[in-house]
Amino acid sequence: MRNYDLVVIGAGPAGMAAATTAASQGLNVALIDEQRQAGGQIYRNIGTPVLSDERVLGPDYYYGRELARKFSEANVDYLSNATVWEVSDSHLCLSIDGESRRIGFTRVLIATGAQERPVPFPGWTTPGVMTCGAAQIMLKTSGLAPNGPLVIAGSGPLLLLVACQLSRAGIEIAALLDTTPKHNYRAALKHLPGALRGWRYLLKGTRLIAELRRKGVKPLNGVSQLNAVTDEDGNLTGVCFRHNGTEQTVACSSLLVHQGVVPNVQLTRSLGAEHSWDELQQCWRPTLDTFGETSVPNVYVAGDNAGIGGALVAELQGQLTATRIAMQAGQLNAEAFAHMSRALQTQIEQQLAIRPFLDQLYTPAPEFLRPADETVVCRCEEVTAGEIRNLAKTGCAGPNQAKAFCRAGMGPCQGRLCGLTVSQLMAEASDRPVPEVGYYNVRSPIKPVTLAEVAGVHPASESLQADS
Amino acid sequence: MSAAAKPGSVKAEVTVIGGGLVGLAVARGLQDQGLNVAVVDEGDIALRASRGNFGLVWVQGKGDTCPEYARLSRLSATLWQDFANGLAEHTGIDVQLSQIGGLYICLTEQELEQRRIMLEAMRDAQQGDYPFEVLDHDALKAKVPEIGPTVAGATHSPMDGHVNPLLLMRAMVQRFTDRNGQLITTGPVTKIESNPGRFVVHSGDQVIESSRVVLAAGLGNRELAPQVGLSAPVSPNRGQVLIAERVKHFLDYPTGHVRQTGEGTIQCGDSKEDVGLDTGTTTDVMATIAHRAITMFPLLAKVRLIRSWGALRVMTPDGYPIYQQSEQYPGAFLVTCHSGVTLAAAHAGPIAEWIASGVADPSLSLETFHADRF
Amino acid sequence: MPTDSNFKRLPANAAAEVVIWVEGKPLKARAGESVAAAVLAAGLGPTRTTPVSASPRAPYCMMGVCFECLMEIDGQENTQGCMTTVAEGMQVQFQRGIRNVPEVEDNA
Ligand SMILES: Cc1cc2nc3c(=O)[nH]c(=O)nc-3n(C[C@H](O)[C@H](O)[C@H](O)COP(=O)(O)OP(=O)(O)OC[C@H]3O[C@@H](n4cnc5c(N)ncnc54)[C@H](O)[C@@H]3O)c2cc1C
Ligand SMILES: Cc1cc2nc3c(=O)[nH]c(=O)nc-3n(C[C@H](O)[C@H](O)[C@H](O)COP(=O)(O)OP(=O)(O)OC[C@H]3O[C@@H](n4cnc5c(N)ncnc54)[C@H](O)[C@@H]3O)c2cc1C
Ligand code: FES
Repeated sequence: MRNYDLVVIGAGPAGMAAATTAASQGLNVALIDEQRQAGGQIYRNIGTPVLSDERVLGPDYYYGRELARKFSEANVDYLSNATVWEVSDSHLCLSIDGESRRIGFTRVLIATGAQERPVPFPGWTTPGVMTCGAAQIMLKTSGLAPNGPLVIAGSGPLLLLVACQLSRAGIEIAALLDTTPKHNYRAALKHLPGALRGWRYLLKGTRLIAELRRKGVKPLNGVSQLNAVTDEDGNLTGVCFRHNGTEQTVACSSLLVHQGVVPNVQLTRSLGAEHSWDELQQCWRPTLDTFGETSVPNVYVAGDNAGIGGALVAELQGQLTATRIAMQAGQLNAEAFAHMSRALQTQIEQQLAIRPFLDQLYTPAPEFLRPADETVVCRCEEVTAGEIRNLAKTGCAGPNQAKAFCRAGMGPCQGRLCGLTVSQLMAEASDRPVPEVGYYNVRSPIKPVTLAEVAGVHPASESLQADS
Repeated sequence: MSAAAKPGSVKAEVTVIGGGLVGLAVARGLQDQGLNVAVVDEGDIALRASRGNFGLVWVQGKGDTCPEYARLSRLSATLWQDFANGLAEHTGIDVQLSQIGGLYICLTEQELEQRRIMLEAMRDAQQGDYPFEVLDHDALKAKVPEIGPTVAGATHSPMDGHVNPLLLMRAMVQRFTDRNGQLITTGPVTKIESNPGRFVVHSGDQVIESSRVVLAAGLGNRELAPQVGLSAPVSPNRGQVLIAERVKHFLDYPTGHVRQTGEGTIQCGDSKEDVGLDTGTTTDVMATIAHRAITMFPLLAKVRLIRSWGALRVMTPDGYPIYQQSEQYPGAFLVTCHSGVTLAAAHAGPIAEWIASGVADPSLSLETFHADRF
Repeated sequence: MPTDSNFKRLPANAAAEVVIWVEGKPLKARAGESVAAAVLAAGLGPTRTTPVSASPRAPYCMMGVCFECLMEIDGQENTQGCMTTVAEGMQVQFQRGIRNVPEVEDNA
């Protein structure tokens, strides 16, 4: 088994920055990522950009080139196409091309980023309904864009960005349905003074909206009761919703939905690290010290899986945590560390000033957090919101009991697309706060892996492999 | 709405402490005897073997050093079909009971031979009434064509079967609450005030008063038993279980290590009789289980593992149950075992009758299961 | 299978072309892209039906989270199409319902 001073999981801005920093401090570092190329979600495919017109994705995307270049020059063992399916506090198991092996470490930094928040609404399992993030990934990795009547529905900065990027690419948007609840605007105002420190982000947001309007895309605000409409063959034909008190339908063959992003906590949860409920972001995040260490010694977190902060914060956090690790590993003295960390922390604080405003403004409407009874919440096992509510009302103690009783969360996605919703529904039905209700126990493997691969990580078979 | 009681004071004829398979089975039996029952349990996350087990209704090999236990296991297996029917009738939940017989697969000739000797001795102890057969590789392959080429053979017994343990739990909870059982999930019982004929059980803000109390708290019994003048020397023994994705149905028989559920998922691990799995790291144990599963059924090699867990067996020093009424505080009963699925039908039947009436059917030989034996 | 795609290819930097086989038919894909993207670009799908109710599904998140893109790729069922990069000659089949257990050669 190979051993490293530090293994970083995830090659987004946080992971790349962390690995680069730690290597520059003389640590023996490996970085593992399940994508083909380093970049993470924001800088997907940045090594070989696809679109010939760089204006479509804009400068924030190409900023990643420099980060990826520095990373590629760093003295780091980079394993791509490698999915980590188990982590302990001293080793991990990863799968590459159907073969698994173990890697040992003194410290591990989990930088697995965010996933889009599940957006359950009636009809969201229909082919043709995808997330905004998915559309952006296709833009970045294939130069593909939805063609034919397109509706974008939901809320959040990424939704606006993707709408803009698509319209820059010449894609027509039949309707942009903004589901941000009207009262969010008022509630967010109290965070405006703080947000002004993050004026650059505010400006970016208003520019995106202005750009969309110039292109003739006028968002419909205060949309609710989203519903995908299909023909008798199950093909997507449109989207039905309420706006200004009336029910409307817009025809479409592609429907992109989005309700913000949430931390990917699978690995930290599987390690048994402490997590807390973030009421403003309506998601779980690992409990961390100032420098990103979790409640499990030698396990660290940086980037959007620490709580949503965006790409620049992720990069800074990656540097900060790596600096901390270098100090703990004895590669950096306390004074140098104090100096470096102070500067990074100040920058992080500035970058985060906008968050309370954004989080308040883009809190999803209740219908997406706790959908109507007939809505499928567990896509894999096809369990509806109504079934979960019923279980909660008949004495089911929490999400793990519910999972055992109705199989929600037992399919291949391992609860990634229903976990948040199930906790919310149980909390509502039993009239308890979400943190009291809790979350699924997440266990190894955190990605499905063949039994042959699991068998293959046995020390006996590993030494056999080494011998042969 | 909920059958779950609100904080405060509750009265019942019997309080069952522990809402796992043992507690719920006993509670069901007591309800059938017309008693008003409260079950006190912990919340969503607790040590709960009932949520992590293998789902076998298993007889062969159980009680090799205790004929009374062998008899009890077999009795329960014969009561199981009625028990399952009762659940389906009341709740509409089919717990997927299948009792077509079970296979205990042996990888080596030596293992198979040892197993044969053990089962023959058990048959002798039961005066020849103990059906099983020893299958060599070819005989096994005739029953299960998917068996691996290196497997030595198996023992087969028509007494064995399996259920879906999760649906079982769900059905038992539903039946209990539908019958106006009070399910109180306020957390661990921390104190039992014992007076002859009157017990006051404290759980969080809840106080439950009853004339009888049943300790069915699994590992929790260890702490609780002394409060009612009993002893429950139970200790944990970890078992790990792997669940692989749904695949087309190929395996009818439950085996001690691998079974296919009604949904098509593949459960791999150890039934309680097997080699202890409490050594080594999780990765090693998982790898060992996966390796053995593939050796037994090579077609599983490319099937994906979706979930795994470890669950704690509730083990007495000799592995056999404890059934005992307190002499110091009559009305307090202790029920604990390490095969709560298999014994569920017995717990809901004769064991519950014993608790309801205070008199045990002599053929159960319950005195064999007193904790005084330790 | 419908071929009028809901997606179109935008002007792109040059890249090699890869031919994969989807449901037995050849399909030109862009080197480096995922199987899921290539299939969507060609307007093919639904890519699976569920084991529970046989309801039709297609890729949803494109980042490995939702498992809606499960396909049989080079003989391995339930493989995530969005996490698999196209390769020359790759064989892709859509899945209908519950997966099969692979046949194992009997070398007994
Ligand atoms: C689909 C999507 C699109 C986004 N687009 C934008 C955008 O255009 N602009 C913007 O500002 N923000 C965007 N975001 C927000 C994004 O979270 C942050 O901007 C930024 O990417 C966070 O960086 P990070 O380093 O924390 O994580 P990420 O960039 O998400 O990187 C995490 C990396 O971890 C890897 N990983 C995860 N789990 C495992 C595992 N088990 N094994 C191995 N590797 C693993 C992933 O492959 C990924 O490369 C997007 C988010 C999502 C989900
Ligand atoms: C891996 C594994 C595989 C198994 N396979 C099989 C099998 O195939 N067949 C079979 O027959 N058996 C099997 N078993 C055993 C079977 O699961 C157990 O015998 C059975 O679940 C025990 O039930 P129980 O109710 O006694 O204990 P548990 O299920 O542990 O339940 C105890 C309950 O009591 C509660 N509790 C504890 N302390 C307190 C307290 N102080 N106050 C209130 N509540 C409390 C707990 O929250 C819990 O709900 C297996 C066990 C394991 C671990
Ligand atoms: S499309 Fe979601 S996992 Fe592939």
